[in-house]
Amino acid sequence: MCIAIPGKITSILNENTATVDIGGIKRKVNLDLIGGADSSLIGRYALVHVGYAISLVSDEESEEILKLLRDVMDLS
Amino acid sequence: MESIEQKLISRINEHATPLRIMHVCGTHERTISKYAIRDVISEDIQLLSGPGCPVCVTPAEDIDFAIALARSGKVITSFGDMMRVPGTLGSLFDARSEGCDVRMVYSIDDAIRIAEDNPTQEIVFFGIGFETTAPSNAAALLRGVPENFSILISHKLMPPAMEILTQDTIVDGFLAPGHVSTIIGTEPYEPISKKGFPIVVTGFEALDVLLGIAMIQNQIESGSSSVENAYPRAVNAEGNIKAREMMYQVFKQTDSEWRGIGIIENSGIALRTEFEQFDASNIHAEIYEKVLHDRKVSENDSDGTSLYEECMCAEILTARAQPSQCPFFAGRCSPEDPVGPCMVSLEGTCYNWYKYRHTKGI
Ligand code: SF4
Repeated sequence: MCIAIPGKITSILNENTATVDIGGIKRKVNLDLIGGADSSLIGRYALVHVGYAISLVSDEESEEILKLLRDVMDLS
Repeated sequence: MESIEQKLISRINEHATPLRIMHVCGTHERTISKYAIRDVISEDIQLLSGPGCPVCVTPAEDIDFAIALARSGKVITSFGDMMRVPGTLGSLFDARSEGCDVRMVYSIDDAIRIAEDNPTQEIVFFGIGFETTAPSNAAALLRGVPENFSILISHKLMPPAMEILTQDTIVDGFLAPGHVSTIIGTEPYEPISKKGFPIVVTGFEALDVLLGIAMIQNQIESGSSSVENAYPRAVNAEGNIKAREMMYQVFKQTDSEWRGIGIIENSGIALRTEFEQFDASNIHAEIYEKVLHDRKVSENDSDGTSLYEECMCAEILTARAQPSQCPFFAGRCSPEDPVGPCMVSLEGTCYNWYKYRHTKGI
């Protein structure tokens, strides 16, 4: 139950609820914990846990993991 | 061409020294077992499974209380995994077979809907889980819930448990739980790293876990111990401030009992006075007291030979034993007919060892 899955926010239903697409399955998700729902979130990925978005997953930071990987590899 | 994963594995193995790395997240165990990471990295590096399965660390008395509530006519709502975990009075699933009203939900909002649809019944939500789960309950209470709704609070906080595990010298470093860290950030791990334990916040792909291991190795090699973040796409240093604010508006920190470990100071949460009218142990104090009393009596009477008492989950949750050392593993105890909580949940160590190792003959 502690598993959190990234879902793409596809539509806003009301001030705190959105629809997310998780691998083709549409689910309702509550956005209270990330400050409520607004249309700027459409298209973003959120980590969904027990029906609530607990954080947004950022695209830019994939760069950061590449940097971490490069750092680790360079040492070998 | 060599994949990044293969390169990382080679790098880890070339730098292998005896090392015990503990993770405290059931989902990490799942990744490690599923991708057989223990089998592709050097035997020198032991990956230990800590108390990272929320269902597994829920004390039997909370399960007994939930069952007693169900038997007294309340509707119990719970996440699926929790329903099959045995307490001393059986599981919630057993209570349902007896005819009690026990319902599985995916979120607290589902439970609230049941309360709204059934205004004459009392609905109790079994609130378990770590820092990832507690904020959603807080958000629901802050929005407002019906009067016939209450929560049985059994939440746990991870850093105080990690602190306890460092007192046991079997651990050299930690893979910190990625999803808990989305909420708490990286700061709460600082005091533990300052005591000499490298900590890397780690995600849940095989690549993430391998990167976490390599980063711990780096710290050990250079003689340093700090908190590093290998999951930057979801976790930042300060975590989710909004979620934490909501959580501590509703809850306060308190001591809490972990199944198999005992009471850990400040490792749990309780509802603040303003929200006590939604606290099941408060509203149904008589039932709660009776459960505690009956447990004491049966503990005194017990000859210590029940199956449950022979289950090694207490050792498994603190990495003092591996599932294969338990005489029941894959025999008397299986996911179809679990003896202890570690075999029930998708995040339980015994479950993952059974599913990904035993059934594949590893
Ligand atoms: S194999 Fe079963 S009985 Fe043994 S420790 Fe795991 S859950 Fe308990």
